[in-house]
Amino acid sequence: METIQGSEPQLRVPGKPYVVTPLDYPAVLIAAKDYQQVSDQIADIPLVHPRKREWLAGFSIACLLLLMFMVAVGYLLYRGVGIWGINIPVAWGFAITNFVWWIGIGHAGTFISAILLLLLQKWRTTINRFTEAMTLFAVICAGMFPLLHLGRPWVFYWLLPYPDTMALWPQFRSPLVWDVFAVSTYFTVSLLFWYLGIVPDLATVRDKARTKWRRIFYGLGALGWRGSAVHWQNHQSAYLLLAGLATPLVLSVHSVVSFDFAVAQLPGWHSTIFPPYFVAGAIYSGFAMVLNLVIPIRRLYGFQNLITERTLNNMACVMLATGWMVTYGYIMEAFMAWYSGEPFDRAMMWDRAFGAYGWVFWLLMTVNVFIPQLLWSRWVRTHPVPLFFVALSVNVGMWLERFVIVVQSLHHDFVPSSWRMYFPTKWDWMTLFGSIGLFLTLLFLFIRYLPMISISESRELIAQRKEGRL
Amino acid sequence: MNTPEQAAENPARLDLGAIRAKLNGVRGQDYWRSLEEIAETREFQELLHREFPPGASEWWDGLNRRNFLKMAAATLALSGMTACTKQPTRQIFPYVNQPQELVLGQPLFYASSMLLGGFATGVLVKSREGHPIKVDGNPEHPSSLGASSVWMQTSILGLYDPDRSQTVNHAGDISTWALFLSDLNDLLREQAPKKGAGLRFLTETITSPTLAAQLNDLQKKFPGSKWCQYDPITRDNVREGARLAFGRLVEAHYQFDKAAVIVALDADFLYIHPERLRYTRQFTDGRRVSFGKREMNRLYVVESTPTVTGSMADHRLPLASAQVEDLARVMAQQLGAATQGAANVLSPEQTAWLAALVGDLKQHHAASIVIAGEWQPPIVHALAHLLNQTLGNVGNTVHYTEPAEAHPVNQIDSLRELAAEMKSGAVDALFILGGNPVYNAPADLEFGSNLAKVKRSIHLGLELDETAALSTWHIPQAHYLESWSDARAFDGTVSLMQPLIAPLYDGKSAHEVLGAMVQQQPVRSDYEIVREFWQTQKPWPDFELGWRKSLHDGFITGTQAPAVTVRMKEGFAGTLASESKMTPAQPVVIKTSPSPQAASDAGDPFAPASRKVVHIENLELCFRPDPNLWDGRFANNGWLQECPKPISKLIWDNAVLISPSLAERSGLAANDVVEVSFQGRTLRGPVWVMPGQAENTLTLHLGYGRSRGGRVGRGVGFDAYPLRTADAPWLGTGAKLVTTEASHQLVSTQLHHNLHSPERQIYRSATLDELRAQPDIIKKTVEIPPRDETLYNPDEYKYNAHRWGMSIDLTTCIGCNACVVACEVENNIPVVGKDQVSRGRDMLWLRVDTYYKGALDNPGFSHMPVPCMHCEHAPCELVCPVEATLHDSEGLNLQVYNRCVGTRFCSNNCPYKVRRFNFLQYTDYHTPSLKPMYNPEVTVRWRGVMEKCTYCVQRIAAARIASEKENRRIRDGEVKTACQEACPAVAIVFGDLNDPDAKVTQLKRQPLDYPMLGQLNTRPRTTYLAKVENRNPETTDKRPV
Repeated sequence: METIQGSEPQLRVPGKPYVVTPLDYPAVLIAAKDYQQVSDQIADIPLVHPRKREWLAGFSIACLLLLMFMVAVGYLLYRGVGIWGINIPVAWGFAITNFVWWIGIGHAGTFISAILLLLLQKWRTTINRFTEAMTLFAVICAGMFPLLHLGRPWVFYWLLPYPDTMALWPQFRSPLVWDVFAVSTYFTVSLLFWYLGIVPDLATVRDKARTKWRRIFYGLGALGWRGSAVHWQNHQSAYLLLAGLATPLVLSVHSVVSFDFAVAQLPGWHSTIFPPYFVAGAIYSGFAMVLNLVIPIRRLYGFQNLITERTLNNMACVMLATGWMVTYGYIMEAFMAWYSGEPFDRAMMWDRAFGAYGWVFWLLMTVNVFIPQLLWSRWVRTHPVPLFFVALSVNVGMWLERFVIVVQSLHHDFVPSSWRMYFPTKWDWMTLFGSIGLFLTLLFLFIRYLPMISISESRELIAQRKEGRL
Repeated sequence: MNTPEQAAENPARLDLGAIRAKLNGVRGQDYWRSLEEIAETREFQELLHREFPPGASEWWDGLNRRNFLKMAAATLALSGMTACTKQPTRQIFPYVNQPQELVLGQPLFYASSMLLGGFATGVLVKSREGHPIKVDGNPEHPSSLGASSVWMQTSILGLYDPDRSQTVNHAGDISTWALFLSDLNDLLREQAPKKGAGLRFLTETITSPTLAAQLNDLQKKFPGSKWCQYDPITRDNVREGARLAFGRLVEAHYQFDKAAVIVALDADFLYIHPERLRYTRQFTDGRRVSFGKREMNRLYVVESTPTVTGSMADHRLPLASAQVEDLARVMAQQLGAATQGAANVLSPEQTAWLAALVGDLKQHHAASIVIAGEWQPPIVHALAHLLNQTLGNVGNTVHYTEPAEAHPVNQIDSLRELAAEMKSGAVDALFILGGNPVYNAPADLEFGSNLAKVKRSIHLGLELDETAALSTWHIPQAHYLESWSDARAFDGTVSLMQPLIAPLYDGKSAHEVLGAMVQQQPVRSDYEIVREFWQTQKPWPDFELGWRKSLHDGFITGTQAPAVTVRMKEGFAGTLASESKMTPAQPVVIKTSPSPQAASDAGDPFAPASRKVVHIENLELCFRPDPNLWDGRFANNGWLQECPKPISKLIWDNAVLISPSLAERSGLAANDVVEVSFQGRTLRGPVWVMPGQAENTLTLHLGYGRSRGGRVGRGVGFDAYPLRTADAPWLGTGAKLVTTEASHQLVSTQLHHNLHSPERQIYRSATLDELRAQPDIIKKTVEIPPRDETLYNPDEYKYNAHRWGMSIDLTTCIGCNACVVACEVENNIPVVGKDQVSRGRDMLWLRVDTYYKGALDNPGFSHMPVPCMHCEHAPCELVCPVEATLHDSEGLNLQVYNRCVGTRFCSNNCPYKVRRFNFLQYTDYHTPSLKPMYNPEVTVRWRGVMEKCTYCVQRIAAARIASEKENRRIRDGEVKTACQEACPAVAIVFGDLNDPDAKVTQLKRQPLDYPMLGQLNTRPRTTYLAKVENRNPETTDKRPV
């Protein structure tokens, strides 16, 4: 047993691939040797581009999906939203489900970067850059859906408060207008936060780059960063300020998105629990998506020394916690439907569980509530392969949850004569998977051309380790 | 970099050392002018190359003079290219003399008449700038009373139908009217010596005095010719019934408003009967329980398949059509009309049901009606006449007149005779003046193949239909909105028809075709023929005055047929017992056999295990006119195809209707395609399980499966005529049903007919006895939260001027769909097709929901028209991000199409789901003939916008303009919504709730008034009067209320 001053005791247990704490939790935050190794390991990816073949394979698949997305969107703009399965009463279908799902995924980045930064959680260091990028791309995907789902998408700007010659304004009582503000603010702040964080690393890559074009490319991005103490001083203050700014956004964006439903009077939508329930769900799915992306990349680029089992374990713990918040939401929805005594809410809840979409609901319960209970097992939390599949199940589950909320509530509301099923068409599916293609394409470009792990912050970790502050 | 000007002021510092070195190497006559020259500075070089000193402006080199000229030339040439599109020359002619009545932008209304089944119904046609755009009932006309049917409303599309026949056709090729006339000359020359022995005229039921006179004249000219009549929705049974009872032809007329007890023996007098509109008004007048009235009639219906009339029944007995005769006989026996009767073959339940009915009839002497349906055999009609006489109804609720038909005949016999003659080759020329017998004649007459044996067949029709395809000549018929004619209403009133527009395709009327046979030069127009006929009749002292007044009214006053006194045929009651009865129905046999494919599946492990063929034998087969397409003549009318059929809500298809119990016993389900065989003929069609259908009865609706006609109706549904024979036009026993492997997707606009829980507060009803006991029975269960229970300012809108509202009476709504199609016509609602409706995207602004209650085999039916509720606290308004749906100062919930971006949130938040969305481009912008049909006062919507009921805001606007010109308030009744105007039951009342005397305000004060989903605090402006049923306390049939 080797005890470093100021840090927790660490044990090496036979049969465990990692060092553990006395309570048997993974202990090591970062396993890189020294500064040089960290810089080289991370900066080599954009500069040297190891694993070219794997990257190309993945990128090609992503591009094919993106192409499918473009076909689906092109036809959508040509024909109209009638190519989807939506109808009256189910006027919102996959598009809004996808929107809420993507926005939810977009929550992990800011949560990890901002809230965990403020809470001094060091383990976020090696994944924050990556998740912030994921957030940006997820919000890009999310932001497209409310526009595409419009009957007349070419007049989307009517939702913005701009000086119209006819003095027309958006209707500020509508949650859809709040949505426009919430999502655009969130995107702007996330972009700034991400870019601010990447500036010192771009400078590192610039300095390591050998060709002219790379130097120009990264040099432009680095904004003349020279790493002076003043730079660092300003950078750190700005970073902390932005973190403070981004923190309430994590809570507000999905609260506002939940108002799209909660403000309506539809049974299944009209519920006061929606804002916290949606935020918890967003973080839940966000972490699941991070795990789904980090686990393969960690293996592909050999980042096990930077993204350690401890990071995986912590993320799994966050998932378990938020998963139970979401489960509490499910229980409360059912309880309130019964307790309110409202015939419509009761009928809706009954239909949700045992109606035409009952199988979706039980599938949702399985993948979103029951399977994640595997995370109680330390073994699952610290082994990438099982953890990957649990995270995948949560991602599917959270999509299903939004589907159930959007579609099931609509298909079975007040007047029985208008009840009707919603059946997605091939265009619905193409748009869903196509948007994943857009997301993956952006992500592949990001890991190829930009430092996907914060070099400066990882080096800071090593410094702290050396000083025994870890 | 320095500009030349700056360079001149601050010359660059010269490197004198370099100049010195340079000069050292120079020999000979090399002059230099300045140090700059030697140094070869850029400034010096520039100076050398400049034409003008710095500061003088010059062209930028990129665009020199030549280039400028080139560009200018190109610009000119390119702008000239626009001239390559030749703009069409259009000339505008202003009116030199403004037509007297026509004010551009103001509609004009003309009275005319529409025929269906030969009988005229008065219409008022709205015309805008010379083209008719809407047909409504003529309030003065006895057969309409201002109401309209689905067929009247949608007939406007029949006029503008792009698939109408447009030219004269000869043997399939385009021909001309002149060529036809010359061929006609040859024919008449041939026939003259034979006295027209080879001439035959086939018409539909004719009530037109002019046309009848023309035909009679022709028969005088050609004594050998014959005039046959055939209408597929034939009333032969009614005629023969009267003949059986009275020994002569009379028409029975009923006064439903005077009857306390009404018994319908398989009679759909509210929907199919020629006098449907007036009977609906009278029947519903007898049911209104508002304003303290606590009396209403009680309707008993015995029928095999649910109909509009059956859905209104207080007591309904599903009974095989063939068994209705038994029931009528037992009834006659129990009421003492027939002393000796047949043995009671009814089941104990049926007997008990009948006992309650008989008891009721006995209590209401001279205040009841027994009416038999067109499809019941003559004996049932005769029994109904007998019962009416026994019950003392004749002279009180029933009276008789001479028939309105010009020449009543047994149409099936008439057609049978004609077919035989055609087959024998005795017919040289057959004039088919309207109708489509090749499609709709009884199958055993083989009209199509017999038509081929006729040398010359001349078909006059609106479309190039099945008959036109097999005829020698086809003449495009003028639509009723394009021609002059006359016809009698069911009560005998002579109704005039006048054209609203010149024939779009040079169509001819039957008058003109017949006129051409009498006198070809000069060709007389239908106007001259009709007018001259009435001149000879001398109905008015001053012809011109009387003619003009009648045209204005739409009918000739005082021409209704006078009542006649008829006496039962001697000994009719006595003969009843001795008459042979129909053979009792054989019990239904259900057998299963392995599928023929089962053998080939033997080795196939994936073959479905339950692949069995079910044979069902000895079923009863009923034919009915389709509630939308009638006999098939409206098949190309998209509005009718897409109008949800009463009760089943099926669209774009007909089906083999079977009872739930038969479905259960045989394992059949909706959409299964079955093979129905009857008398050796077979057809295939999909099954629809119809609650309330008699147990062993199959119902087939006529009118579908058209093979020709138009692109809308062609190939939709299956053709039921091939099973229909001259012996069994309406009813047959011994039909066989065999299952097949095939399936056909039927589409219904309403998938759930169960209200689930009364707590939903959607549909409310009570029995008359309950209402009498506690008048506030409805009011006290209605839960409406306080007005200020809202997040927003409850007094945001003041409604100082008007407060529009609507009241819909569920007691009187018969579910006939007239309002639904009236709304479509008024508001330019597009037809979206079966596929779109199957996806849940019908565009009906106003729908009629039908709910079932009680047992599956005999449920109660409740109709509920649902337009936009125009909520005062409208959930849709709050959630629109662009304020495209908003409240106006009169409480209208407006939809601004221009502003709508199509988020559809408003629809999601509408608890009534009355909003409709243009998921795709539904409106037809391109078909030229449809353009004049659209109502110019209503925006035609495009893809991606939401739309919904506007309370006919364009009509409110028109009334407002009219009232402001006269400086007064809008009067009550001045604004009638399209649905209200069409409703034959006066179930819809619209008006200003700020006017305490308005009808709608008074109706809303009634204790039966309730809002739909009032507990949501939407405060709807459309409210309902709860349904009241008049149940017989002695009844044995159970139906929850």
